[in-house]
Amino acid sequence: MTWEIVIGIETHVQLATESKIFSNAPTAFGAPPNTQASVIDLALPGTLPVLNGQAVQCAIKFGLAVNAGRRDNIARRSVFARKNYFYPDLPKGYQISQFELPVVTGGSVTIYVDGTEKVVTLTRAHLEEDAGKSLHEGLDTPDVSGIDLNRAGTPLIEVVTEPDMRSAAEAVAYAKALHAIVTWIGICDGNMQEGSFRCDANVSVRRVGAPLGTRCEIKNLNSFRFMEKAINYEARRQIELIEDGGKVIQQTRLYDADRDETRAMRSKEDAMDYRYFPDPDLLPLAISDNDIAKVEAVMPELPTAMAARMVADLGLSDYDARLLTQSRATATYFFGLIEKCPGQTKLAANWITGELASQLNRDSLEIDVSPVGFIQLGNLLNRVADGTLSSKMAKEVFGYMWAGELGGDADAIIAARGLKQVCDAGAIEKIVDAVLARNEKSVAEFKSGKEKALQALVGQVMKASAGKANPGQVNDILRNKLAG
Amino acid sequence: MTILDIAKRLAGREVSAVELAQDTLGKISAQRDLNAFLHVDPDLTLAEAQRADARREAGEAEGGAKPLLGVPVAHKDIFVTRDWRSTAGSKMLEHYVSPFDATVVTRLREAGMVCVGKLNCDEFAMGSSNENSAFGLVKNPWDKTRIPGGSSGGSAAAVAAGIVPAATGTDTGGSLRQPAAMCGITAIKPTYGRVSRYGMIAFASSLDQGGPMAHSAEDCALLLDAMVGFDPLDSTSLDSPEAKVPVWRVFSEQIASKCPPNGEFAGLRIGVPREFFQGVNAPTEREQSLFTHNAVSELVHLAIEAFARRGATLVDVSLPRTNLSIPTYYVISSAEASSNLSRFDGMRFGHRAKHYRDLGDMIAKSRAEGFGREVQRRILTGAYVLSHGYYDAYYLQAQRVRRLIADDFQDAFKTCDLIMGPVAPTTAWKIGEKTTDPVAMYLEDIFTLGVSLAGLPGMSVPCGFDTSNLPVGLQIIGNYFQEPAMLAAAHRYQQLTDWHLRIPVAAT
Repeated sequence: MTWEIVIGIETHVQLATESKIFSNAPTAFGAPPNTQASVIDLALPGTLPVLNGQAVQCAIKFGLAVNAGRRDNIARRSVFARKNYFYPDLPKGYQISQFELPVVTGGSVTIYVDGTEKVVTLTRAHLEEDAGKSLHEGLDTPDVSGIDLNRAGTPLIEVVTEPDMRSAAEAVAYAKALHAIVTWIGICDGNMQEGSFRCDANVSVRRVGAPLGTRCEIKNLNSFRFMEKAINYEARRQIELIEDGGKVIQQTRLYDADRDETRAMRSKEDAMDYRYFPDPDLLPLAISDNDIAKVEAVMPELPTAMAARMVADLGLSDYDARLLTQSRATATYFFGLIEKCPGQTKLAANWITGELASQLNRDSLEIDVSPVGFIQLGNLLNRVADGTLSSKMAKEVFGYMWAGELGGDADAIIAARGLKQVCDAGAIEKIVDAVLARNEKSVAEFKSGKEKALQALVGQVMKASAGKANPGQVNDILRNKLAG
Repeated sequence: MTILDIAKRLAGREVSAVELAQDTLGKISAQRDLNAFLHVDPDLTLAEAQRADARREAGEAEGGAKPLLGVPVAHKDIFVTRDWRSTAGSKMLEHYVSPFDATVVTRLREAGMVCVGKLNCDEFAMGSSNENSAFGLVKNPWDKTRIPGGSSGGSAAAVAAGIVPAATGTDTGGSLRQPAAMCGITAIKPTYGRVSRYGMIAFASSLDQGGPMAHSAEDCALLLDAMVGFDPLDSTSLDSPEAKVPVWRVFSEQIASKCPPNGEFAGLRIGVPREFFQGVNAPTEREQSLFTHNAVSELVHLAIEAFARRGATLVDVSLPRTNLSIPTYYVISSAEASSNLSRFDGMRFGHRAKHYRDLGDMIAKSRAEGFGREVQRRILTGAYVLSHGYYDAYYLQAQRVRRLIADDFQDAFKTCDLIMGPVAPTTAWKIGEKTTDPVAMYLEDIFTLGVSLAGLPGMSVPCGFDTSNLPVGLQIIGNYFQEPAMLAAAHRYQQLTDWHLRIPVAAT
């Protein structure tokens, strides 16, 4: 019997608000330690939390985005609760979160793995505050830990899925899709290095058809690559453990990227009792129709709707439309590009999902920082459209543009490198005649029915033209001559 | 002397704010034995008084504006202040100085009051006798062998002893009303949410309310008017139209309205809860015994009859869950306290143990050393009732009963305008008498807890003295936002009596 991996993901999405969730201290990343902590973030005696309306708007936006724009998953009344535990970077001795009544219940995220569509159901999403950071390294005094409370009180939504995913690839696809949604609707900057998007994966294994196995939670996965490796390692560990006659113990585990393994952090037995109870300092969060309507008014078009529009209005394939709406930056790039070269939607789509995507991938770059912007690429594609460049030549020019040659100006590169395609029939005929004269053997082979011989002749002509001859024309002229 | 008397003298330039401040500072040192004050700083106070005089010179008090300008006040040490240390009566905060002022402190300063220092109280406002202060107990000015009540014991003693005409206090389960009763002064706990909690060191967030303590109802109305109002820094602060009705103006209109001779209270329906007098549903002999303290019952009865003789109608009402208010209150308030006091971990401020093994040990030792026994008892109780497996049986159940208790009051208010009864079952007891028996101490709060749980306004008004010459307080309970009506009824009663003007012999 085969094993099945079962995965559920919890994601902490840091909201891109200007100030903290319960104080007016700024949320900007990277400030000197403890310079962005107000008396409220420090939990000084007598301070009280006041909810940041911007954070609530982010939660509403998220609720709408994962529910195809419908309102029914947004709680009209949700409750903030205190999660009580002592930790040096938790100033109040409790975290304000939501427990029994979260702000968003339900919704879903659609993922694609190997061309197959799958819907991951969301259990809930709740608002909460982040803790500060403990710093154990880089301090002037040895053997001393520091506390930085700049992050304390930063607004988060924690998004929890059902255990719907069945492979590390699905889990990563979900995480990427969620990342795309939250950055698309502008509630999160998506910066994983800075901790703006952090995933915990709940992993268990079972024989196909058996009830759910005991799960382990892998904490703080802050890159998609580590997530995939960590889940694969953890699933393998559990399977080997069971096959060796052992039992999985419910644990929290940490992924060590250097050793590519997960290690036990704490087990359920020493799980803390958080003594959750409704926070008496905050009234229940009431969200009215009017509050939702205000958010709807500023809600951007969602990726699925935009993709449908691309298919209907621009004649793109479902596949291309989906790729082009993978991120807001990709869609922006696409629309910028087709504005630059009208009527070339298919060419534009192919270039973004093909050559551009693979170059970006090779250099580990995001599209919004692409060395070749959509205006530059548009200039290049216009030269393909008007026949100046063959697509092979265009790729060559693109390579020079990527390297920054001549400021990435396609026309300047074409001129400087003499890469103009030869379309003059007379000029091509001269080369063809010369080639035919030199290759009697191939000509004879072709005439005796060997179609392959034609390709050899085309190759010779292209070579003789230094690659500049229009390949279509070369083909036509050759066939004409050989037929004659 | 009442605030209104002082205000008249200030307005007539018979006395300056500086002279008043100097006089008050003198009284503070003369009556140091009461241990009512924790922090005094003459330079700060005199500077504030000079500013008040300058404001008067600048015309701020013209035409009766700013009646509190130049009047001395002292704050319970639960309110944080930038200028004075703020200890909450705890060793945990012995040296703590807040970088900001509580909203109440700011508002009274804006009204022109001159702060003369910070007042002793039970540690983190937990107690009914002021014996739980880390800085020593407070003595009752009427009998220095007795407690002043708590937790606002320092505030009550300072006003009763004539040191200050006004003090701030806080009330979570009776901490304004009970010490006011035991010290023979007037105090009002407003409707929950009327006075900002920002800058009040939290005990139980859903119950804590600040309020004024003074000699007369009229003074309390003036002070309350300056304290109330929406505060954007407190999410539970009320911003409704009822909360915006000005206390002093409505109070003034009500006391100015004409009434028939000997009919000051004509039309007023006073609900008298039978459970406050008979103790019929007291489940134990021990609780029953509290109700047999006849002096309090008798004097409160006489006071209520005085209202009836002047036109009020007495209505028999029932608050059937009065006895349940004690366990309900101690579950909810302790649960909230256990969480509210978690921030005192020795990390960022407050007491930190000198010797410790590791982080956990540091937090544990700092808290064990910094908190007194009663505070620790409440934290443990609170952590217990919130813990897994007990939450439903204790905390949730208590929340349900809390709702029922509030409903009982609403039922009673269907047939009456105000409810009256005793503030506490007994008068001030001897120092040390109940310290070894926390439950006996908790039972003392039986008449005030329900009001707190329901979030209603409650007052304590002096209504006589027992045979040991110890003051007794009449509790006046109003429906939400009825503070002006309560204060007006109390004021008219005080026009007919002089209990509130009596001064302990030692203070004269």
